[in-house]
Amino acid sequence: MQSRTITALLAAVAATALTVGSATAQDNKTVRIGNLSDQSGLYADLGGPGSTLAAQMAIEDSGLVAKGWKIDVIAGDHQNKPDVGTNIARQWYDVDKVDVIVDTPNSGVALAVNQVTREKNKAFLNSGAATSDLSGKACSPNTVHWTYDTWMLAHGTGEAVVKSGGDSWFFLTADYAFGHALERDTTEVVKANKGTVTGAVRHPLNTADFSSFLLQAQSSKAKIIGLANAGGDTTNSIKQASEFGIVAGGQKLAALLLFLPDVHALGLQVAQGLTFTETFYWDMNDQTRAFSKRFSERMKNKMMPSMVHAGVYSAVLHYLKAMEALGGNPGDGAKVVAKMKEMPTDDALFGKGTIRADGRKIHPAYLFEVKKPAESKGPWDYYKLVATIPADKAFRPAAEGGCSLVK
Amino acid sequence: MQALYGQLVVGLINGSFYALLSLGLAVIFGMLNIINFAHGAFYMMGAFAAYFLLNWAGLGYWWALLLAPLMVGAVGVLVERTMLQWLTGLDHLYGLLLTFGLALVIQGVFQNEFGSSGLPYAIPAELRGAQNLGFMFLPNYRAWVIVFSLVVCLATWFVIERTKLGAYLRAATERPELVRAFGIDVPRMITLTYGFGVALAALAGVLAAPINQVRPLMGADFIIVVFAVVVIGGMGSIMGSIVTGFALGLIEGLTKYFYPEASSTVVFVIMAIVLLVKPNGLFGRTA
Repeated sequence: MQSRTITALLAAVAATALTVGSATAQDNKTVRIGNLSDQSGLYADLGGPGSTLAAQMAIEDSGLVAKGWKIDVIAGDHQNKPDVGTNIARQWYDVDKVDVIVDTPNSGVALAVNQVTREKNKAFLNSGAATSDLSGKACSPNTVHWTYDTWMLAHGTGEAVVKSGGDSWFFLTADYAFGHALERDTTEVVKANKGTVTGAVRHPLNTADFSSFLLQAQSSKAKIIGLANAGGDTTNSIKQASEFGIVAGGQKLAALLLFLPDVHALGLQVAQGLTFTETFYWDMNDQTRAFSKRFSERMKNKMMPSMVHAGVYSAVLHYLKAMEALGGNPGDGAKVVAKMKEMPTDDALFGKGTIRADGRKIHPAYLFEVKKPAESKGPWDYYKLVATIPADKAFRPAAEGGCSLVK
Repeated sequence: MQALYGQLVVGLINGSFYALLSLGLAVIFGMLNIINFAHGAFYMMGAFAAYFLLNWAGLGYWWALLLAPLMVGAVGVLVERTMLQWLTGLDHLYGLLLTFGLALVIQGVFQNEFGSSGLPYAIPAELRGAQNLGFMFLPNYRAWVIVFSLVVCLATWFVIERTKLGAYLRAATERPELVRAFGIDVPRMITLTYGFGVALAALAGVLAAPINQVRPLMGADFIIVVFAVVVIGGMGSIMGSIVTGFALGLIEGLTKYFYPEASSTVVFVIMAIVLLVKPNGLFGRTA
C-alpha cells in the first residue's frame, strides 16, 4: 500500500517536472514589474502611486498583452529606508518573481537596490533617484538611470544661476546620498564658473522646520542659497525662506530640484520666479498633453504627471520593446538591459533618445521658470520654458563619470 | 553670537508647538490614563480643518483658530464616547494600540484624498511682515505663535491646578466613585476632558498651518518628538510638559546651530539620559 503511494507520488513529481521542463523550452512571456517607491512619505507625490499607474499605462500602450503576454505591476513602499528597500527588492526577486524594479526615488535606497539587482542579475530602471553615481562610480550592467540626475541639475540650474551673477553660494543640503551628490556636483559647477561656495548646512531628511538652517544661510551673506534637497523638504524651505524675508533681503534661492507636485503644493504666490531644470513637463506638445490628460483622469487626486512618472512610463515602454525584440525570457536582467542599450529609444514623452553604455538615458533637459499667478491660466499651468539644453549637453560625458562599463 | 540669539528665538517657536501638544497629551494622560497616540493625527486634522474652513466656507485664520479646535474636539468626544470609554480600567497598552490604529486610519484616509505633498495655507494678512530685531529677522507670525501658545498653556495650567473645576477633575481621576457620590457626572467630565485635549492638538495644528504645509503626515512626523517631551517632563505633569516643551525647543535650536546633523536625535538622547537618572521624568511624581 505504502510503496504504491510512493510510486504514485514519484510519478506525479516526474509528470510535473516534465510539464515545467516543456514550459521553459518555450519562451517565457510572463513579466512582473515592481514599483519600489516612497508610497506614503515626502516623495510619494512625485513617485509613489503615480508611478504604478505610469507603469500600468506603459504596459497597456505596449500592446503586448493583446499578443498573449502576461505582464503585471506590483507596488512596494521603501519608506525612504535603504534597509527596507533592500529587503523588499530581495523578496521580490527571490520569492515574488519580479523581473524588473522601476522608479525608486531616494538615492540612498536606489544605490542599495542597484547593488541587489546586479547581484541577482535582474533589471533596475530608475526614474526617481537623483544621484549621478548610478551611472558613474556605482554603474551596473543591470541598471538604466532614466529621467534626470544631479549632474544635469547642477549644470542646468547651477550654470544658469552663476552666469546671471549669482557667484557666491551657500547650500542647504539634505543629509544623505542625494543631497551630498547634488551639493558636490553643483559646487563643481560654481567653481568652474569662478564662483565661490561660502558654506553649507546639512539638515536631516524630512525636516518640518527650516528656520534655524535658513538663519544660518542668511548670516552667510552668500548671494545664492542653493537648496540641495527635494520634495517636502524643498517646499518647506522655500515657504519658510519667504517668511524669514530671505528673498526680500536680497538673497536668492536656487531650488536645484523641483518637481511639478512641489510647485502645486507651494502655490504660485510663493513659487513664482523660481528657475529649475526638468526633463519633462506635461504642457510641452500635443503628445505630452494627451498622455498627461489620460494620466490625470486616472489619478485619484487628478494630478498631472511629474517628470518621474513620465520617466517610469517611458522606461517601462522601452523595456517591453526590448523584451519583445528578445522574444521573452526576462530572467537574465543584464541581457535585457544590453538589448535596451542597443535599441534607440522613442516615445511620446521624451522623443528620440539613446541609452549609453554606462546606463545613462540621454534626452534634452529644459530650464523652466515658475509663472506669476497672473500668467497662469488655471491649475497645473505653472511653467514657462526659458531654455532647452540639447541632449548632448544635458548629461555628464560618459568618460568623466568613472563608470567601469565605459571603455 | 548674533546667529545664536536667532537660534534661541527659533527654538522658542518650536518649543511653543512642543508645549501645546505635550500639554494636550499630559491633560489626557493625567485625567484619563490614556496614552493618546492619535494626538498627531488630531493636530493634522486641525490644520486641515483650517484649510477646509478657508477654501470651502470662506472663513479665514481667526475663525479657524476658534472653530477648528471645536470641530476636531467634537470628533475627539465622539471617539471617546464610542471607543475609548470601554477601555477604562484596562491596561495602558489597549488605549495606546487603539489610538495608534486610529491615527494610522485617519492619516491613511487623508493621504488617500489629498496626497502627501500637502496644501498651501497663507499667513493671515494681519500677521504678515517681520520685525528686524537687530540680530535676526523675526516674522510677526512666529512671534504671535510664541505669545499665543504661552497664554494658552498657562491658562490651561491655571484651570487645572488652581480652580474648582480643575480640582474636581483631578479628584475624579484619583477616586471616580467618590466624586460621583458627590453628584458629579464623572463620565461626562472625562469625555469633555478628552475633547479638550484633542482641541489643544487641533489648535496647534491651526497655528502650524501657515508655517508648514498642511500635510497628512505633519503630525506623524512630530508626535514622536512630542512623546519624548512628555516622557522627559514626566507623564501627566501639566507644568512639566509646558516647561519641558519650551526647554527642549531651545536645546534643539542650539543643536541646530552647533551640530545640525544631530538636531533630529538630540531630544531622544536627552530622553534616554532622563530615563536613566529620573525614570519618572523631571517633573513627574513618584508612582
